[in-house]
Amino acid sequence: MLELIQTLGKSTRAGFTKLGRGTYFLLQTLTGILEIVPRPRLLLNQMYSVGVLSCLIISISGLFVGMVLGLQGFYILSDFGAEETLGVMVAASLVRELGPVVSALLFAGRAGSALTAEIGLMKATEQLSGMEMMAVDPIKRIISPRFLAGVISMPLLAALFSAIGILGGQIVGCGLLGVDDGSYWSQMQSKIDFFDDIINGVIKSFVFGFVTTWIALFEGYDTIPTSEGVSRATTRTVVNSAFSILGLDFILTALMFGDD
Amino acid sequence: MSAESRSQNSLVSVRSLSFSRGDNNIFNDVSMDFERGKITAIMGPSGTGKTTLLKLIGGQLQPSQGSITVDGNDVHRLRRTELFNLRKRIGMLFQSGALLTDMNVYDNVAFPLREHTKLPESMIRSLVLMKLQAVGLRGARRLMPNELSGGMARRVALARAIALDPMMIMYDEPFTGQDPISKGVLVHLIKSLNVTLGLTTIIVSHDVSETAAIADYIYVVSGGEVIGEGTPEEIKHSGSEWVQQFMEGSADGPVHFHYPAREMQDDLFSSGKRY
Repeated sequence: MLELIQTLGKSTRAGFTKLGRGTYFLLQTLTGILEIVPRPRLLLNQMYSVGVLSCLIISISGLFVGMVLGLQGFYILSDFGAEETLGVMVAASLVRELGPVVSALLFAGRAGSALTAEIGLMKATEQLSGMEMMAVDPIKRIISPRFLAGVISMPLLAALFSAIGILGGQIVGCGLLGVDDGSYWSQMQSKIDFFDDIINGVIKSFVFGFVTTWIALFEGYDTIPTSEGVSRATTRTVVNSAFSILGLDFILTALMFGDD
Repeated sequence: MSAESRSQNSLVSVRSLSFSRGDNNIFNDVSMDFERGKITAIMGPSGTGKTTLLKLIGGQLQPSQGSITVDGNDVHRLRRTELFNLRKRIGMLFQSGALLTDMNVYDNVAFPLREHTKLPESMIRSLVLMKLQAVGLRGARRLMPNELSGGMARRVALARAIALDPMMIMYDEPFTGQDPISKGVLVHLIKSLNVTLGLTTIIVSHDVSETAAIADYIYVVSGGEVIGEGTPEEIKHSGSEWVQQFMEGSADGPVHFHYPAREMQDDLFSSGKRY
């Protein structure tokens, strides 16, 4: 019994210590962002590897999610004779929820794990230590550009996901199932609100991008510098990111759409 | 040379240094001097904290007691910017080379120049080619780190370490895992850089013959203490049994061949199923 309490106490303390380290790391990263201003090249390189290289997986997933939404939506709505509102259903689900959430989950799997592994291996091969000894702050040089790239890329990727998803819904709904093309778009246009739906979705994906990139970079930076340590850190990145994304999504949804 | 004059002429001095990791005491009241323009070696078996000592000198770790001064600056009392300014004058060669794997050889050597100076690219090019020429790898400038052999990677790291013309350079196990030719090249390079650039050199190593061949002064460290010091000649004729065992590489001596264990007979006849 005593042992159980001791273990519990130890892991709680370790958890809080890690949270503290993580917060300190985040503060250092945020101050480092100022240093990117005179060197935009650092950011652009990372935007390419974090953002551009994620475009394919995001586009393909968006297309299929949109097609499934079109199919499922049509079957349910046609029971009520409301298949003309398919466009609203597809767009609202994508812009409010699926776009930000699914693209963030994919982002965590594709870019987050890559960031953790990259930073973890840089630590294991003494590259970060080497930089410090060359009087170059690895947080400013390595971490901050990656962090900013992640935070900027995430909303853009979510927007891409939603846009392609809406096209996917249209292909299935209008192309295959015979929903009227005009009403698909016009109903969407009249019911989807720029601020309530789109901006809220963008805020969500911004928050997810912030948290996911933070987790990925911190796990890499804080890893035990061995191959096992890096592999565990990579797993933790994906798992913790998924939990944070889904948990935060609930909180944000409750805050944003509570009054509707 | 007497201990007093050595300490007067020292660039780095370590005073009453203690450092521990958890309950593990790595250094216990250690004092050392590293003379300007000389090659000083720290030798000792693996796991005695030799690399830790280099990290303490570079200010990457904090000692629990004692002080380290580098060129008159107490390393652990400096503010971050001052510490970084000091580090610009210190080169360090890591055991693995620590080259940045996403850049080729040329960009790796240019890295500190681009980070710390505002020199035009044409000037950086000349400097990089000169440094690469010094280590004999000017022709390998387009290779990526994963295309280099271990010895070449260390030479590139060496070119990078001297890119900013530092006042001192620290080598962490430069000879480990090198073939005889690479070892010979590194020994030659370390000595010639020390002489031609007037670099103060600190080598951490357990390769006895290579290190003794070029060092001006040697500290032998074990169990968190300095157990022998002197010129290579003095160390070779040291009265300490321990130092003798280390220098000659004998299997048994003050450092036992066997890890501490209970009697063999008891162990074999005990009834435990495992372990």
